[in-house]
Amino acid sequence: MNHFQEYLQPKSIQEALKDLSGATGSVAVVAGGTDLLLELRQGRHPAVDRLVDVSGIKSLRNISMEGDQIYLGAGVTHKEIISSPLLHENARCVVEGCGLIGGPQVRNVATIGGNVAHALPAGDGTVSLLALDTEVQLTTAEGDSWGPLIELFAGPGKVNFDRTQTLVTGFRFQRKGEREGSAFHRVMRPQGVAIAILNMAAWLKAGPGGEIERVRISCGPAGPKPFRAYQTEEFLAGKTWDGEVYREAARVLGSEVSLRTSAHRATKEYRHKLLPLLLANVIENAIQRTNL
Amino acid sequence: MTELTFVVNKTEYTLEINPNEMLSDVLRYRLKLTGTKISCSEAECGVCTVLVDGEPILSCNYPALKAQGKHVTTIEGLAEGEELHPLQEAFIKHGAVQCGFCTPGQIMTAAALLNEKPDPTDKDIAYALNDTLCRCGTYPMITNAIHAAADKINQGAPIEYPSFDFGGGHDVVGQVVPRPEARKKVTGEAIYTDDISFPDMLHGVTLRAQVPHGRVKSLDVTKARDLAGVHAVLTAEDIPGRVNHGLIIQDWPALVGVGEKVRYVGDAIAIVAADTLNIARRALELIEVEIEPLPAVTNPVEARKEGAPLVHESGNLLKHIKVDKGDIEQGFKEAEIIFEDTFYTPIFEHAFMEPECSIARLLEDGQVEVYVGSQIPYADRDQVAEALGLPYEKVRVKGPLIGGGFGGKEDIAGQIHAALLAMATGKPVKVLYDRHESLLVHPKRHATQITVKLGFMKDGTLVAAQTELYGDTGAYASLGAKVMGRATTHSTGPYIVPNVKIDCYAMYTNNPPAGAFRGFGAFQAAFAIENIMDRVAEELEIDPIELRRMNALQEGSITNTGQHLRDSVGLVECIDKTAQAVLEYTDGQDPFLSRTVPGEANKRRSWGFAVTFKNTGLGEGAPDNAAAEIEILEDGRVETRISSAEIGQGLVTVLQMITAEELKLPLEQVSIYLSDTDLTPDGGPTTGSRQTYISGNAARFAAITLRNSMLSTLSEKFNLPPDEIVLDQGVVKLNDKILTFAEVGDLMKEEGREPKLVYEYQSPETTPLGEPGDKHFAYSFAAQAMEVEVDLDTGEVRIVRAVGATDVGKAINPLGLQGQAEGGLIMGIGHALTEEFIVEDGHVFTDHLSRYRMPSIHHVPDEIKVIIVEDPTLDGPYGGKGVGEISTMPVPPAIVNAIYNACGVRLNRIPVDQDWLAGEIAKLSH
Repeated sequence: MNHFQEYLQPKSIQEALKDLSGATGSVAVVAGGTDLLLELRQGRHPAVDRLVDVSGIKSLRNISMEGDQIYLGAGVTHKEIISSPLLHENARCVVEGCGLIGGPQVRNVATIGGNVAHALPAGDGTVSLLALDTEVQLTTAEGDSWGPLIELFAGPGKVNFDRTQTLVTGFRFQRKGEREGSAFHRVMRPQGVAIAILNMAAWLKAGPGGEIERVRISCGPAGPKPFRAYQTEEFLAGKTWDGEVYREAARVLGSEVSLRTSAHRATKEYRHKLLPLLLANVIENAIQRTNL
Repeated sequence: MTELTFVVNKTEYTLEINPNEMLSDVLRYRLKLTGTKISCSEAECGVCTVLVDGEPILSCNYPALKAQGKHVTTIEGLAEGEELHPLQEAFIKHGAVQCGFCTPGQIMTAAALLNEKPDPTDKDIAYALNDTLCRCGTYPMITNAIHAAADKINQGAPIEYPSFDFGGGHDVVGQVVPRPEARKKVTGEAIYTDDISFPDMLHGVTLRAQVPHGRVKSLDVTKARDLAGVHAVLTAEDIPGRVNHGLIIQDWPALVGVGEKVRYVGDAIAIVAADTLNIARRALELIEVEIEPLPAVTNPVEARKEGAPLVHESGNLLKHIKVDKGDIEQGFKEAEIIFEDTFYTPIFEHAFMEPECSIARLLEDGQVEVYVGSQIPYADRDQVAEALGLPYEKVRVKGPLIGGGFGGKEDIAGQIHAALLAMATGKPVKVLYDRHESLLVHPKRHATQITVKLGFMKDGTLVAAQTELYGDTGAYASLGAKVMGRATTHSTGPYIVPNVKIDCYAMYTNNPPAGAFRGFGAFQAAFAIENIMDRVAEELEIDPIELRRMNALQEGSITNTGQHLRDSVGLVECIDKTAQAVLEYTDGQDPFLSRTVPGEANKRRSWGFAVTFKNTGLGEGAPDNAAAEIEILEDGRVETRISSAEIGQGLVTVLQMITAEELKLPLEQVSIYLSDTDLTPDGGPTTGSRQTYISGNAARFAAITLRNSMLSTLSEKFNLPPDEIVLDQGVVKLNDKILTFAEVGDLMKEEGREPKLVYEYQSPETTPLGEPGDKHFAYSFAAQAMEVEVDLDTGEVRIVRAVGATDVGKAINPLGLQGQAEGGLIMGIGHALTEEFIVEDGHVFTDHLSRYRMPSIHHVPDEIKVIIVEDPTLDGPYGGKGVGEISTMPVPPAIVNAIYNACGVRLNRIPVDQDWLAGEIAKLSH
């Protein structure tokens, strides 16, 4: 069966935008294809007339530091992320999240932009980026725009932009500052689909006295969209991490997420059980890294 | 169509392709570089790995156009001429090749790793190979091979064969030798069915019912027939011969006709042959079929109840199997303590890496030739012939290499469909299943419910055992009655029990059929009995090893079926050697205590123990024979021919070794030809751990008979007593003369003797259940200890170490035996921890490999110790008996026993549900 009629491989963003706007029938953007191609081939996504493969656009594969900010092109592969000393230093949670995805074959083609654009509530790359308060760059024929990554998502697999006319082109976040650290962790089910039962990322800045000065926590699936735990973050700000604070933070986190049972994957109760465990794991690892 | 220009293995190609073609399709079907295999077609298994500009990618989900202007390296491009890449050499010597289907993917992934990390650690290897799956479970040997290759590349260290502390004792038998077909498997030259193509070959596809139970009301294939490029659309009406097939009971329609019933979602309604796969699949969508749904029954216990929907008109009971020994009531009266519990095992999927493929073509003389990787070539021939309405000899089944079977390639898949389409079109037709269809259609492992009631004396003596088993055989019989028969007789364990009563119900349901699968019912039985034995040990305060030891079958024991065991009962030795090895790991401490893990407060470790036994051969009165043909070829090589199948287990190696041993030939002077119903005599099914014993004996006696014939020819010709004629190192020595085998062959012909003969081996007689005599001519025994680590918070379970002993009679092929032992163990870990074939109301949930997880290298224990016990059996070749199945069987009960010892939660079912386990652990601590 033909799942698409045309497979275009633009070499520049401009060319890609033209390929999108010039499509007369249905069109979709594809990068590594590890999600979309399978959905097309297994009939979980309707056939499209035109696929625009953006993985050949060199300008999307940039990892760089610009002033205080790290820029990450949307076409950067998981392999490039886990091999980048710059990201290892400045975005440890993203390196950890992307390092757990697939084997080398998948990491060689799967892109961070693809992970985000797929908009799964528990995308490991997406959740780890959220903890860094990442901004996302969207590019249309009208030009570029930057906005918070958290506002990109509309629901499971759904985004707040027109996928047929817009490219996700990059991400930016603050470089690691003094006394800052981040971490990612997830729990998988040995049987069944390779999507985390629950994943979580944390970024934090420690105060001079070792207290948590500021913290950001993201996790999934904790609702229809990748989730930022603002209430827990607020609760933890200024607190010193100890048993009591942990228990209360876990309670706040448990009350702000929306966990549910998914058949053959996990029960709601189990996810609630994992929630504080993951919280302790990522917070403690992040604290440890503030001293590095 | 779009133009693709790229370089493959240093050659530039420009091709016109459909943009939908994946790189694997272009490599395999356009460039005929068939070394790259397709296993899942969904980027899950890593088998299709090739390098693009030096980086590994999954070619099955990589549009070929992405390779535009790039350099692709496939397995065919790795060797430098005749000089193998060190990885290829190391894979051969370290036994890292079994069925060989994943081998190209493993080697290419490893090659990329070595480019990046020239001296990888075990951890690096596990990280790199995490998503490159091997169902034979060859991971430990693959890891060893990668290290050996790295050492050769980095330091020039020669790659040596591993050595083992078992085997030996003969010139060839018992020695470490490579697989004869390994070189082809590591270079990509090995041919599996889908690697074959013929000019004008059509592609055949099948319309599946997708309804668990229903009646076909109408079927209209007109539009499909009218589609350009379609050569035939066939329905049940078009079957010239018998519609039903089946190995024992012919209850499975090749196509379900109008007015007939569909009994599971995979039932075939129509088949199409077209110029391309694309056209064939479009044609399927044009077929109009109406199926009236009927209430389905999807549980074997429900299926036995009054008023349950009937799967077959004859009723839902395939077979009620009974065993009675002694007086069960009296036994329980005498018992001082009685234990009872019920255990559950789910459906499991073979997930052989090579999906089913059949190619059929009509020859000019009217014979139909079918290429298929089958575990029973003669049964395929007979069933195809019966469907076509032809005499058996008008069908020829030829077996290319087989990418794993494990019991899942015993039944008919696409063989009949391909043959019907070839007959209808006059053209060769290939019917290749993708992974989705494979998961949906072929028979699985029986799900079971097993209730065990045991009566013991307080001193630990087992006096009574009663079991009740339900097996879900699904929509069609397949080998269900036999499988559940083996579940029945193994359900009281390898123990001496004076009083036994067993009732087993093999039930039809509207689930996918269940049939043969490594362990063949005895696997399920072992889970139940070995699970409850640990509870008994705890209650009686007897060491679980001691409890098993004191009740263990020994030489002279009478089994639950009344068989007197005369020899080769190495169970106690297996128990003792395993126990000793475990105690060495624990420095003499009780291995079954729960131990904390330093630095990880939430983790506990402990060991678990289980024993098992498994019959060799068909048994219970079924004739179990094999014939082998042997011939001195004109070039002086000796060829042994037999229809038996090489599915990765190492039969070719064993037959080559035996032939070489008996005729004192170097291995390279022996060729083995398998699986061709016109040219190889019937070796019977590859099932029941029988091939080394049965086909091995056939080959051995064929070689001995040929040797005798050679000796008597030479003795007469040169007037010498036979004992002065010596076969040695590939030649024949007599007096001052040295004759080559070619010369001896010529002399035999001159004397009017054919240097060729067929030996028909008949195994020792067995008798049906309920009759006196032996049920089986040999049993293998095993003891297994598994160390697990349980995360008390998350319920996650990891296997730390595994040590087990297996009594194999005689280690004939040590390298292959190690592979079977480790691979079977890893499959057992998969069954305990990662695998579950889920069917909901007759609909398959696990219909993609992404939903059915087989163990990856990540699940391999940190350490595996394989102990081989060699307690020879009189009639086995060199004392050998079966090993193919037993290594999987004791693993799940040993794991769940270890989990209990670590965290205090008993499990009555597998796989382990970490979600549930975490909840139970939490309940205990409150």
